[in-house]
Amino acid sequence: MPDPILAARELTKSYGRGPDRFDALKGVSLDIQHGESVAIVGKSGSGKSTLMHLLALLDTPGTGTITVDGTEARSLSGRKLNGLRNEMFGFVFQQFFLNPAASVLENVVLPLKIAGVGARERRRRGMEVLEQLQLADKARNKASNLSGGQKQRVVIARALVNKPQVLFADEPTGNLDTATGRIVEDILFDLNQNHGITLIVVTHDHDLAERFQRRLYIRDGLLITTDEEHAA
Amino acid sequence: MKPLEILKTAIANSFRSKLRTTLTVLAIFVGAFTLTITNGLGTGISNYIDSQLAAVGPGNAFTVTKTDASGGAASGPKKYDPSIKRVAAGGRPGSSQLALAQSDLDKIGAIPGITGVAPVIRISPDYIQWSGHDKYQLSVSALAGAQPQLASGTNLDDSSTQTQLLLPVGYIAPLGFADNNQAIGQDVTIGITDATGSMRTVAARVAGVEQDSLLSSSGIAVNKALSTALSQAQATGAPSTAVSAWTDATASFAPSSSAQVSDMKSKLSAAGYTAQTLDDRIGTVKTVINGIIGVLDAFAVIALLAAGFGIVNTLLMSVQERTREIGLMKAMGMGSGSVFALFSTEAAFIGLLGSVIGSAAAIGLGTAVSGALARGPLSDLAGLHILAFAPGPVSAVVLLVMVIAFIAGTLPAWRAARQNPIDSLRYE
Repeated sequence: MPDPILAARELTKSYGRGPDRFDALKGVSLDIQHGESVAIVGKSGSGKSTLMHLLALLDTPGTGTITVDGTEARSLSGRKLNGLRNEMFGFVFQQFFLNPAASVLENVVLPLKIAGVGARERRRRGMEVLEQLQLADKARNKASNLSGGQKQRVVIARALVNKPQVLFADEPTGNLDTATGRIVEDILFDLNQNHGITLIVVTHDHDLAERFQRRLYIRDGLLITTDEEHAA
Repeated sequence: MKPLEILKTAIANSFRSKLRTTLTVLAIFVGAFTLTITNGLGTGISNYIDSQLAAVGPGNAFTVTKTDASGGAASGPKKYDPSIKRVAAGGRPGSSQLALAQSDLDKIGAIPGITGVAPVIRISPDYIQWSGHDKYQLSVSALAGAQPQLASGTNLDDSSTQTQLLLPVGYIAPLGFADNNQAIGQDVTIGITDATGSMRTVAARVAGVEQDSLLSSSGIAVNKALSTALSQAQATGAPSTAVSAWTDATASFAPSSSAQVSDMKSKLSAAGYTAQTLDDRIGTVKTVINGIIGVLDAFAVIALLAAGFGIVNTLLMSVQERTREIGLMKAMGMGSGSVFALFSTEAAFIGLLGSVIGSAAAIGLGTAVSGALARGPLSDLAGLHILAFAPGPVSAVVLLVMVIAFIAGTLPAWRAARQNPIDSLRYE
């Protein structure tokens, strides 16, 4: 069996100190295999976003280890870590974080720009991914002139442009109406099933969570085996 | 991120908040404008002084005198030495100076670096006259190799056998000429008293007309042929020993570094001669002016420092505004170094913008004002352009402003660079 693409052992994370100390994670271990689709489900404040941030190497755990494709994350230098985030991971956030003044295409190719890809190649790959998401006709539009669903597709395009192995999404449909949310969901699952991208999504939406191969339920900073709330 | 992309992105970012950028650029504009103006003032005045100095004598020559080794009263009278001759000199009444003889000139000429030695001959002509008009008194400028500011005509030709002179503008009308151009090429007569007391005349051609200037007196510049002719006429009937004794000599040297100049100076001093360059003699004027310009520059730099705080403020607001964007870029793998470079480049670009606009405005306005002044209130000082802009100092100003802007940008850039991506993304 190959190394899991992401493996976490006894992760803890706390914020603040003294009486204000808040333990967001109290010891979480998990393995995620290549090509899996995993939902991290929990209520707000359960620590699910913190867990995703740690898995995505955006934050460092208090204790515990994270292994990416067999490599211990803590052993990576700053430059390697940046390269890994840039090439291996794609991020879709609940807020879109688009630059409203820049065009759709410019927003999409930002990861390539950071990676130091040349302008011509950036454009080619940017247009390719926009076509994949049926946004090619909006490439020149200002990002601020798009609807919510279109914006979320631009964000997905931006996450996909550097052909990541893992796509992280934090409440990807949280800001969208049901119909648009459904379209975005379909896009994400299509990427997982047909392009082999490992999908890790944080959500509190149980209907969305049902569509994943695996669900990790989290409460008060600990993984729980069953969907207690659903059962209750 | 590639440096070129950082530059492009930084430039694009600086235009994202146009009003704020404009206000900051305005603050820098004031500083850069002031600094360019004061700099132009410095350049203009030193250009003028340099040209005035060139009119007095060449920069690459020493005036050499024999160092008087006789001590004060305490050392008692010196023994008489028939080989030492003294001549009367300027200065306090009764003072005398050791005379230079031909052997001294040879010794000076033998110093390495010295290309030529000529005795300074004091010529005291009595009058100048043009074709039967009134006679006027004159004095002759002694320094060879001067480059006077000409109003018309050509400069003196020292290699010519023709006796030539340059008339100061003030002599034109009294001598009977209608204008400067009429005087060019005319022969004038100079009267000079010889050693026996009788009047001799020497003819000379007017080669050019010299502008009034600040430093040179009304002395008439003459070429080598004329000075020789005049000194011969003056020395007619004098004993031969007096003819070959001079108070000072001009030793010229090839253009050299100041280290070489001081080296030659110390060698001359070791040989028993005192040497002074023109800069030594008139350098204090320049020092005073440079001091004044320095004070003005300091005010401009204070204005720039104030503008620097404007840059800090502008960029801190930018960093605050773009917290989430910075977080996103870092999440996508942008290094802290690139984030720092992005913001400090933006600061330097704002500095460039302000300083280029400020300098351009200063050059435009300064040239106009300087031209108006030169035609109006300052027209008496011919050749003075109070504001002159040389490419070197102006680009130095632009560079200085950019450096100040860059330094001002480092604090906000550092704050942006050290942001934790996840804290930035959570920021609302």
